[in-house]
Amino acid sequence: MKLSELAVGASAVVRELPKSGTAFVRLREMGLLAGTRVSLIRLAPLGDPLEIRLRGYHLTLRKSEADHVLVDPVS
Amino acid sequence: MALPPHIAGGTGSAPSRTPVYALVGNPNCGKSTLFNALTGLKQKVGNYPGVTVEKKIGTAYSQHGQPITVIDLPGAYSLAARSPDEAVTRDVLLGRRADTPQPDRILCIVDAANLERNLYLVHQILDLGRPVILVVNMMDVAIKAGLEIRIDRLEHELGIPVIACEAVNGRGVIDLKLAMSRADLPLSRHAWDIPAPIAKAVAELQASLTASDGKPPLIARAEALLLLTDQDSVRVAGSTPLSSRTAELLRGWQQRWEGEGTDWASSLVNSRYEAIGRIASAAVTQAGAAGPTLSDKIDRFATHPVWGWLTLGVLMTLLFLSIFTLAEYPMNLIDGAVAALADGVKANMAEGDFRDLITDGAIAGVGGVIIFLPQILILFFFIGLLESTGYMARAAFIMDRLMSRVGLNGKSFIPLLSSYACAIPGIMATRTIEDQKDRLVTILIAPLMSCSARLPVYLLMIAALVPGEQVPLLTKVGIMLLMYALGTFGAFGFAWLFKRTLLKGEPPLMIMELPPYRLPGLKDVMLQMFERGWLFLRRAGTVILGISIVLWFLAAYPKAPDGATAQQQLAQSFAGRAGHLLEPAIKPLGFDWQIGIGLISSFAAREVFVSTMGVVFNAEAEGDDTAPLRQALLAAKWPDGRALFTPLVCFTLMVFYVFAMQCVSTVAIVRRETNSWKWPLFQIGYLTGTAWILSLVVYQGGRALGF
Ligand SMILES: Nc1nc2c(ncn2[C@@H]2O[C@H](COP(=O)(O)OP(=O)(O)OP(=O)(O)O)[C@@H](O)[C@H]2O)c(=O)[nH]1
Repeated sequence: MKLSELAVGASAVVRELPKSGTAFVRLREMGLLAGTRVSLIRLAPLGDPLEIRLRGYHLTLRKSEADHVLVDPVS
Repeated sequence: MALPPHIAGGTGSAPSRTPVYALVGNPNCGKSTLFNALTGLKQKVGNYPGVTVEKKIGTAYSQHGQPITVIDLPGAYSLAARSPDEAVTRDVLLGRRADTPQPDRILCIVDAANLERNLYLVHQILDLGRPVILVVNMMDVAIKAGLEIRIDRLEHELGIPVIACEAVNGRGVIDLKLAMSRADLPLSRHAWDIPAPIAKAVAELQASLTASDGKPPLIARAEALLLLTDQDSVRVAGSTPLSSRTAELLRGWQQRWEGEGTDWASSLVNSRYEAIGRIASAAVTQAGAAGPTLSDKIDRFATHPVWGWLTLGVLMTLLFLSIFTLAEYPMNLIDGAVAALADGVKANMAEGDFRDLITDGAIAGVGGVIIFLPQILILFFFIGLLESTGYMARAAFIMDRLMSRVGLNGKSFIPLLSSYACAIPGIMATRTIEDQKDRLVTILIAPLMSCSARLPVYLLMIAALVPGEQVPLLTKVGIMLLMYALGTFGAFGFAWLFKRTLLKGEPPLMIMELPPYRLPGLKDVMLQMFERGWLFLRRAGTVILGISIVLWFLAAYPKAPDGATAQQQLAQSFAGRAGHLLEPAIKPLGFDWQIGIGLISSFAAREVFVSTMGVVFNAEAEGDDTAPLRQALLAAKWPDGRALFTPLVCFTLMVFYVFAMQCVSTVAIVRRETNSWKWPLFQIGYLTGTAWILSLVVYQGGRALGF
């Protein structure tokens, strides 16, 4: 499923993110890689951007990017 | 594993001159705090030529009193630069900048509570083959989060000195200084595997960069790795292009990999993170599961769909209240001091043009600008506070959706908001916006936010517009709000337009770290406030002084015959003649040449309009009491006997002031921040053009409707 579809509070492991694109290069460098565990912390008050937690810190990204990040939910 | 050839052998022996250290780290890891702790007040703040990135150089002293130069580089997440700030960090470290010596040694600072991501940059820097000292900052935060960080394990894994530190309270700084003054620093023994499919490309690119681009071999290797991480990073402003041979080679490899389906960029990042993971698992143990932190609890409230807006609203109201109330007292002081200075000069110098030049030109002109300094400083203080507590990122997070409607991102919010008080700190705060085009758009629209210098003009016009002596509060507030709304909508309209036409770019990203909330170091915030205030004075000062003198000259020459009143003098001066000259252009807006003089003179600062009207119509406004001036305005007539300041004209004049770019200080700052005259000139053109067109529409429309 897409990262943007994850329920608030749920965790997942990243399966795949697009190979190219400025946003995804940066996301990778920020530590969002295939195999990284993420949780969706909350959405901004107007529903976009998203706040996620990974590697012990919090990061925001827009839905338009999160739509392209595929994850496997973990319970 | 064998040592990689570029690192094996040799230690970095201390250079004979004063050693130069570069301080590098991710944003928010406490870098500025450490820099202040190391160098005290011995800092020089300036700019890197060609880009508007702050350049800070300071001197630290070893325990034996030896000086050590420290360059504070802008915060960066990666050497594959995404913003002009990161490009400066990359270029200084790679020795690409002619204006800054390549540092001998590198001080990497990381956030102990967030080690993995922070180590990514360190990992890239170790590739440079320079002696590195690692500072693990925020140890207190890590301990509170239940993390145990074993410094000795880190030292063992990386083979470089590692110092635990708490920059806010100075813990660890002495150890750090001891390490910094060591004559011999070991080079890192850390080795990592470049993924096999890529290793050959790295070697070829390295050779090509050495041969065709003139890079030293070690740097060439680091550059090759960067090119493969993100080839776009060479396109960031301020970068030098690749030689055609290297570019060709890079393209060749990329095509080949694309054909094979090799994901080169991510495999490089992956293997770095794998290496980091091994280091982290050796050095970090998580003692017990951490519950929600204080930061999590605050954010539940501060970014809540309801309470989040409330918090933002309350904070911003507080900000504005304090700007307008706290600033009043020092502003009166400055006003008094400037007047006293002018009086002193008047009393002690022989009468004459030179004396008038000093009092009415230089002192009055510069005084008219520094009167805003208290407001500007308070704003800088609040911006610094919002930044260092971490709330700034939350405000951007909350506002992002709204800003994205016009193609900007949440980071433009605070600069634009500050511009309601004064466009100058607002424009200087746009430095946090990474994307060049977004930053430019924000700068271009910032003056549309009605700043406090417009208030006196609005107040005078409202007083003249309403029939009674006393303006009903509701009318006053209503008209004011209308003007603020007009400017705000105008700003967003133009942002939308510019993002679609002139400054079209990729939709801005909102990939931003939300750092944990922190108690700010008041000393650091104050220091930053004074630095920025000083920067403003230095940058704008000369331009403002120059323009003030020119404006004075225009109003004082040519001389009227002896015994003429100030009013007659102004009427026949260059400024008066310029007013006449301007009249055909502004007559369709309902303005005559006398208002024209006001428009010209308020270029020094908008509120000068009020005092100019005082001279033109020979009626001084006493402080806040606009009554005598109001009477004079209402008595003013066109030559044919029609009243000049009809309610419609007053309203039109306000609309004009909402849009027109009439502030030399802003022009000076935009010139500095964009590094060219092109953008400030464009800004004057588009804003004043819009002011003229809208005023025309309002005035002629109003006339047609019978006002
Ligand atoms: N608890 C704690 N807070 C710290 C420490 N060092 C710095 N801080 C705080 O962390 C916040 C950020 O510090 P800065 O020095 O502004 O961080 P920076 O890395 O320069 O950040 P940018 O200016 O965004 O690049 C400030 O509020 C500091 O007071 C530390 O060791 N412990």
